[in-house]
Amino acid sequence: MALPQVKQDALAARLSGLSAPAKGWTQAARAAATDRLNAQGLPTRRDEYWRYTDPAQLTRPDVSGAAAVLAPSFAALDTVKLVFTDGVFDAAASDDPAAAGVELLSLAGAADIHWAQGLYGQLETRGSSPVERPLAALNTAHAREGVLIRVTGQAAKPVSLIYTQKSAVSDVFLHHVVKLEEGAEITLLESGTPGARFNTVLEVDVASNARFHHIRTQGPDADRRGLTHIFAHMADNALFKSFTLTAGGRLTRNEAILEITGDDSVAHVAGTVMGEGRDFLQDDTIFITHASERCESRQVFRKVLKNGATGVFQGKILVKQGAQKTDGYQMSQSLLLDEDAQFLAKPELEIYADDVKCSHGSTSGAIDETALFYLQSRGLPKRTAQALLVLAFLAGTLEEIEDEAIAAEVHARLEDWLHGLED
Amino acid sequence: MLEIKNLHVKLEEEDKVILKGVDLKIGPGEVHAIMGPNGSGKSTLSYVLAGREGYEVTEGSAELDGEELLEMEPEERAAAGLFLAFQYPVEIPGVGNMTFLRTAVNAQRKARGEEELSAGDFLKIVREKAKTLKIDADMLKRPVNVGFSGGEKKRNEILQMAMLEPKMCILDETDSGLDVDAMKLVSEGVNALRSAGRSFLVITHYQRLLDHIKPDVVHIMAAGRIIRSGGPELALEVENNGYADLLDGVK
Repeated sequence: MALPQVKQDALAARLSGLSAPAKGWTQAARAAATDRLNAQGLPTRRDEYWRYTDPAQLTRPDVSGAAAVLAPSFAALDTVKLVFTDGVFDAAASDDPAAAGVELLSLAGAADIHWAQGLYGQLETRGSSPVERPLAALNTAHAREGVLIRVTGQAAKPVSLIYTQKSAVSDVFLHHVVKLEEGAEITLLESGTPGARFNTVLEVDVASNARFHHIRTQGPDADRRGLTHIFAHMADNALFKSFTLTAGGRLTRNEAILEITGDDSVAHVAGTVMGEGRDFLQDDTIFITHASERCESRQVFRKVLKNGATGVFQGKILVKQGAQKTDGYQMSQSLLLDEDAQFLAKPELEIYADDVKCSHGSTSGAIDETALFYLQSRGLPKRTAQALLVLAFLAGTLEEIEDEAIAAEVHARLEDWLHGLED
Repeated sequence: MLEIKNLHVKLEEEDKVILKGVDLKIGPGEVHAIMGPNGSGKSTLSYVLAGREGYEVTEGSAELDGEELLEMEPEERAAAGLFLAFQYPVEIPGVGNMTFLRTAVNAQRKARGEEELSAGDFLKIVREKAKTLKIDADMLKRPVNVGFSGGEKKRNEILQMAMLEPKMCILDETDSGLDVDAMKLVSEGVNALRSAGRSFLVITHYQRLLDHIKPDVVHIMAAGRIIRSGGPELALEVENNGYADLLDGVK
């Protein structure tokens, strides 16, 4: 069916000024992504998974914002730092990639590398069905920058992607591909704001017995408009863990689309969110597909919202036929600090196997008055007591981070940012 | 120390009057006990003194060393030297017991214009006091009251009291849910804190707690009023005859 004229016009407007690289090994993937995009058009609020979050700020042709200056996260950790400024890899500001002990290239600088050819855009394509994700296709078609990482053993250090933004009108696409070969392990860190507006895709292929850890911080800048996607595939006995700490920004949507096709694998996606003000909207949209036996998946999200801020959670677990002994867990919780804040949750389970354990829950509530009184009665001023309870609520998700040093770093960020929220 | 005059209290949300003119005067270093049947207003009295929301004082006053308590925020009452050991200590997931204790101690010191305790000094003091209450390191590390047994929760209340060094301590049914050994441990903790400058108000249903924490004065509360006051022998009378006789006597 042909796209309606209004959708064609919107897409044409969005694409004006964008150009795909004219040649290279990603050509086929880009052409296929362009075809999908042309068939689907850009999302609108009428699309089922965009009902709570208006995509207009992500699809409109023009970008305006403010440059963000953020203190770097993970600065105390020994990592290989790779810096992207307004979405362009800055080799001079980065560490030597060789120190990570992995194959690492920037997308812009990569010549024909056969290992990524079968991955770039491929996991994105698989993850765009049954739910269409045209903005991910837009990314695959147009991204020029990103990192390509192939891990064959234990990475020597975590790779830390640091995004800095200088321009108030930068419109950034980043497309990263990570391939973990059998038994490999790596930790990928991300922090900062890639651009005034950004659209990122991270494709991760986790082979048998491989382990992938992903921890990122977003914010606490005021003006961020961003959409991130993670597309991951897991083979046997694989581990995938992703944690995101989000603060501030206008619109942040984090999508994670995970597909487990090997037995005995584990996939965790977690997030902690702090948002304030009517302009704040943060959205976690998760889709986990279990296609194999004895796998475990966990979705754990906690959001603190105040002064009219909105939080969205759309989480789905799909258990395919034959995916017996699946253990799926999903929990999304919000703490609403006033009556103007809202939390919109849409948990979904779709199960075609008969011997599975899947649970989900979603809660929304105010600060526990009894706990508040207890703390005050011990001498804590009301604001201190509130801050302590908020921190306790949010910090509950940090247990999803395996590495203690990284968890401590994220905890310190959380405390800093909460302090900022209190002032 | 504590002087309550003609205190009338009703529930904020409904027209239910709970305290109907309570008068009570506790001198420095004294231990008073309040006994009474269920629903007589004992716990309400402790909550109103500590500043819990949901109650409306319609008449009367409560002064701590000449300062009007009823106009203060709960944390100001704490800084002024009031401490309430809860009947049901609250579980606070995610907040470490040690963090909680240190934040509380330093918040009160700050409110009184004293210097905050360093992490090292605090640790030394808390370990020492925890030891006498048989509170182990694990309990100090765990989130506040989460997964604590009834006895552990009450001992944790006494530990907080020991750390905060209040001058007026209210114990709201601290004996509820305790076995004999735990009651002894908690009582020893309380007795160790007795001093000339520190007063106690012990709220209990049963006389047995008063075997361990010996009161100077015993009050009987019924229907929102103190109907009789006397020495420790009054508690024995309740133990032997129940409240019925006393209540009849008033009618």
